[in-house]
Amino acid sequence: MIPAKFDYVRPTSVEEAVTALRDGGEDAKILAGGQSLLPVLRLRMAAPSVVIDLGGIPELRRIAEDGDRIAIGAMAAHHDVMRDDLVKQHVSLLGQATETVADPQVRHRGTLGGALAHADPAGDLGAAALALDAEFVILGADGTRVVPAAEFFTDYFTTAIGEAEILTQIRFPKYTGWKTHYEKFNRTAQAWSMVAIAVALKVDGGTISEARIGLTNMGSTPIRATGVEQALVGQAAGKDVAKAAAEHVTEGTHAPSDADAAADYREHLAKVLTGRAVLTAVG
Amino acid sequence: MTTTAEPTTTEIGKSRVRKEDARLIAGRSRYTDSITPPGTLHIAVVRTTLARATITSIDKSEAEKSPGVHGVYTAADLGAEAVGMPCAWPVTPDQKAPQRPVLGIGRVSFSGEGVAVVVARSMAEAKDAAELVEVDYDPQDAILDMEAASKDGADLVHPDLGTNVSATWQFDSKAMGTGDSVDDAIKEAESDPDSIVVRRRFRQQRLIPAFMEPRSCVVDPTGEQITIWSATQVPHILRTMTTVTLGIPESKLRVIAPDVGGGFGGKIGVLPEEMLCVLLAQKLGKPVKWTETRSESMLTAHHGRDQIQDLTITAKKDGTITGLDVHLLADMGSYLGLVGPGVPILGAFMFNAIYKIPALKFTCSNVFTNKTLTDAYRGAGRPEATFGIERMMDELAVELGRDPMELREQNWISHEEFPFTTVAGLTYDTGNYEQATARAMELFDYAGLRREQEERKRSGDPVQLGIGISTFTEMCGLAPSRVLGSLDYGAGGWEAASIRMLATGKVEVITGASAHGQGHETAFSQIVADQLGVPFEDVEILHGDTQVSPKGLDTYGSRSLVVGGIAIVNAAEKVVAKAKKIAAHLLEASEDDLEFANGTFTVKGTDKGKAIQEIAFATFMAHDYPEDMEPSLDSDAVFDPENFSYPHGTHLAAMEVDTDTGRVTLRNYVCVDDIGNVINPLIVEGQVHGGLAQGIAQALFEEANYDEQGTLVNATFVDYTIPSAADLPSFTTESMSTAATSNKLGVKGVGEAGTIASTPAIVNGVLDAIRHLGVTEIEMPTTSQRVWRALQVAKGGNPMETPSDTHSPGAGLGSIDPNNPKGEVL
Ligand SMILES: Cc1cc2nc3c(=O)[nH]c(=O)nc-3n(C[C@H](O)[C@H](O)[C@H](O)COP(=O)(O)OP(=O)(O)OC[C@H]3O[C@@H](n4cnc5c(N)ncnc54)[C@H](O)[C@@H]3O)c2cc1C
Repeated sequence: MIPAKFDYVRPTSVEEAVTALRDGGEDAKILAGGQSLLPVLRLRMAAPSVVIDLGGIPELRRIAEDGDRIAIGAMAAHHDVMRDDLVKQHVSLLGQATETVADPQVRHRGTLGGALAHADPAGDLGAAALALDAEFVILGADGTRVVPAAEFFTDYFTTAIGEAEILTQIRFPKYTGWKTHYEKFNRTAQAWSMVAIAVALKVDGGTISEARIGLTNMGSTPIRATGVEQALVGQAAGKDVAKAAAEHVTEGTHAPSDADAAADYREHLAKVLTGRAVLTAVG
Repeated sequence: MTTTAEPTTTEIGKSRVRKEDARLIAGRSRYTDSITPPGTLHIAVVRTTLARATITSIDKSEAEKSPGVHGVYTAADLGAEAVGMPCAWPVTPDQKAPQRPVLGIGRVSFSGEGVAVVVARSMAEAKDAAELVEVDYDPQDAILDMEAASKDGADLVHPDLGTNVSATWQFDSKAMGTGDSVDDAIKEAESDPDSIVVRRRFRQQRLIPAFMEPRSCVVDPTGEQITIWSATQVPHILRTMTTVTLGIPESKLRVIAPDVGGGFGGKIGVLPEEMLCVLLAQKLGKPVKWTETRSESMLTAHHGRDQIQDLTITAKKDGTITGLDVHLLADMGSYLGLVGPGVPILGAFMFNAIYKIPALKFTCSNVFTNKTLTDAYRGAGRPEATFGIERMMDELAVELGRDPMELREQNWISHEEFPFTTVAGLTYDTGNYEQATARAMELFDYAGLRREQEERKRSGDPVQLGIGISTFTEMCGLAPSRVLGSLDYGAGGWEAASIRMLATGKVEVITGASAHGQGHETAFSQIVADQLGVPFEDVEILHGDTQVSPKGLDTYGSRSLVVGGIAIVNAAEKVVAKAKKIAAHLLEASEDDLEFANGTFTVKGTDKGKAIQEIAFATFMAHDYPEDMEPSLDSDAVFDPENFSYPHGTHLAAMEVDTDTGRVTLRNYVCVDDIGNVINPLIVEGQVHGGLAQGIAQALFEEANYDEQGTLVNATFVDYTIPSAADLPSFTTESMSTAATSNKLGVKGVGEAGTIASTPAIVNGVLDAIRHLGVTEIEMPTTSQRVWRALQVAKGGNPMETPSDTHSPGAGLGSIDPNNPKGEVL
């Protein structure tokens, strides 16, 4: 279908983009990969007055080492994230979650920043970002601020990004050598998650010394499964441990009900999948 | 005198890559939406989101002021209040048929129905203005449950009809003299300790045909004939029906179906939007174009299936079936489609399938509800019947403690018994169920999988294995015109063909079949190349334009090859007969002394000869030809078959069920189909693969869900889950052939086989995997949630039904409730 009329600008620097955003006022919208925004426009669920395309700012696509962190530009496409060697080496969980997003076409267009800014509770990247304590670099007219993942996701489709602000970069601490896995359950092979579990474990001599677990689509935002994390730490990684720890996964969640899965079924899935994800991660 | 020797078959049987594909894949195709005559105006239909309401007012004023708008019209503004869309299949003399208006008049009967139309300079302007039309409604509770709707005293979808039951159609083998009485069979079985009665209820969920190219129509009124381009399967029927509907003389209409991107039955209708384009083009004197959006398509293009099946089968305890009683409720939606009422009725003849069932009764009531209308969808009536009987065979096997394949074999028609006249009155010409089954079981490793299944059961493996069987047949090649007449169908079932021999020896073949993705151009070229002995490359297939192909009944019901293909053969034979006369004249020989092979007429016992392409040139020059004939080789033929054709096959599915999550995985699928002689094995394989995907999708993935207000909640591809290649295994498909005797090529038709056969194979397999855990039935689609819940119930757990109509707060845009786009939990 055809979107309602809008103005289009394609700035070549982030500063220009912020200015355009401020000038555009309330109705201005950022365009990243367009994989979520364009359908919204075409279904006429949104009618922005101006669309600001970040596609003309090459620096936003960069993936680089930044001291003890991996810094990923907001406009890095899913495809580039999952293929990147730094990501594979230091943030493998993010790469694994990204591989499960949709199909190759969508992954070539959609971006890490766009997905996180869109904040669909069924999206796959929020749980990984949350589990890994990513930092969100946000630029506004007053300069840059950094928001920790725990404060970034605030509600369905809502984040800490302010009205005239742009997410420019997502920074991940290095988890070199961690055992990771993203376990996704969906209705068809390339669909969104009904439930998914992001697991990163530090295993020393067979014992789990640190655990980071994020949940997809178990509430209005990605959720950190702290109960499971605590139950795993200090334990030998094995079947019974995983199963017992998985029982904690529903703590603090508010699983939604929809046509694919009612809340009770989601909760059940979360338990089964957590057990599997832990075991797969440790290998 | 026979006019031809056996044609040399160098092309038939060859796996030629489809010649139309390069064009389609490279984007050189021309779909209706790519056609925009100069000065075209675009329309957007204003649609209601309510399923049942009276219209209290329509305010067009804002829309009329919107930039680029030419006008905004209701049915009354167009003088079209009396126009009703045609239904060509009155299944009973007293069938109740409401007027199906081009735009709702005074009321709306399903969510998505048009109430006004905006005409503007561009599509975008039309869409903008459509949002400004203010319609006030007085909403009423939607009537959605066909069972409740069919009861006396129910609220009425169309009060003037006095009932929601459009028609009740019955077939009783006793009354028809084709078999015994089912009522007697049931009575006897009930009182006989050596017999058994099995009753089951199955639901055929509602499906959306989901063709790739959305529907589109362009009407240009500026010529002597009004030209209609439409993304339709049925250009010829569209022309006739436009005359029937609007009264425009047929001779003043030219209909063109350019490249059409899929249909699956979904483009068999004649649309209100097509008629709106004609009316507006005539009124405004300018070309008018309509192209739907995907969601518009899912909401308003006709849906398929949607039946409740109550089945009773009776059998001796030794496994011999004695009777089958079929009671159907079929949801028509809010109006009757072009052939919608007849779709469930087609199933009447297929419930007995490949089995020797002595008594059959079939009763079907067609019911109105406030939903999108239903009509043909790949298989049309036959998948429903095949599902019913193949599920019942498994249920009977369970009740009797028998192997389901062995029970089938005990009851099926053995290959020595053909031709076999069934309890439904059809005569199956050929088939060999034993051979197809034996081959399929071998390819599948039936015995090995049964062992693995036992092993998994014994060890309590969380992943259980089930084997699903479907031994199907179908009647295809719609159809013998007289049979259609006896079913009160509003048309015949013949097909037409013409062959034109061009001066340079090239061949133009005109067919009344209207391809929309099947590969006709390739398969028909192969047939003609063999018949005439000319190179494949020299044959051009022309179709889909009533100026080029004035006569035809189009493409549906697996009829193009078995009816249209035979018309082409007949036309080719006439060409050869004419050419032979001229060849004899030029070679100064008697016709009897000529033989025709590889495209050349030779005088027997000599090396004197002439190629048919040379004769074409000589005929064009016309300097020297026999006195008693016209200088032309061109020939026409119309073929009306005397019988349907009856492909059959054995389909086997290995289903894994993860009992921890409910996830169902199709591990392996084998089918061996007898589709008669094969023209192009590659095209056959493609048809089978696509058909399987669609049938499997019904079993596992697809369902059109309505909420309590009657809103279709999954009107995008995010929510209406059609599978992709990533969801399906690599199929093992083989074909075997017992040639059909009902046509010269011995072909049977393959377009629907995969869809018809596969659905019950999958569901039988899912149940076979977990029946020992206490699960006896799972409604389609057998999603992980439904399977998991069935397992919980079997364990005595929470029987809570999951609502199927709730909007997801997340999971993509399609799930976003239009009334609550942010997904706020209210
Ligand atoms: C068919 C399909 C299937 C999909 N399946 C999945 C899936 O399985 N899992 C999954 O996680 N995702 C899935 N997605 C979504 C995909 O990951 C999208 O890429 C993502 O949601 C949005 O990213 P984008 O770059 O396309 O952003 P856009 O669509 O361009 O923007 C999305 C929103 O974020 C805002 N935005 C974008 N960038 C910024 C920025 N830098 N600063 C501030 N605001 C910004 C936009 O204004 C807009 O509101 C699917 C999408 C499609 C079309």
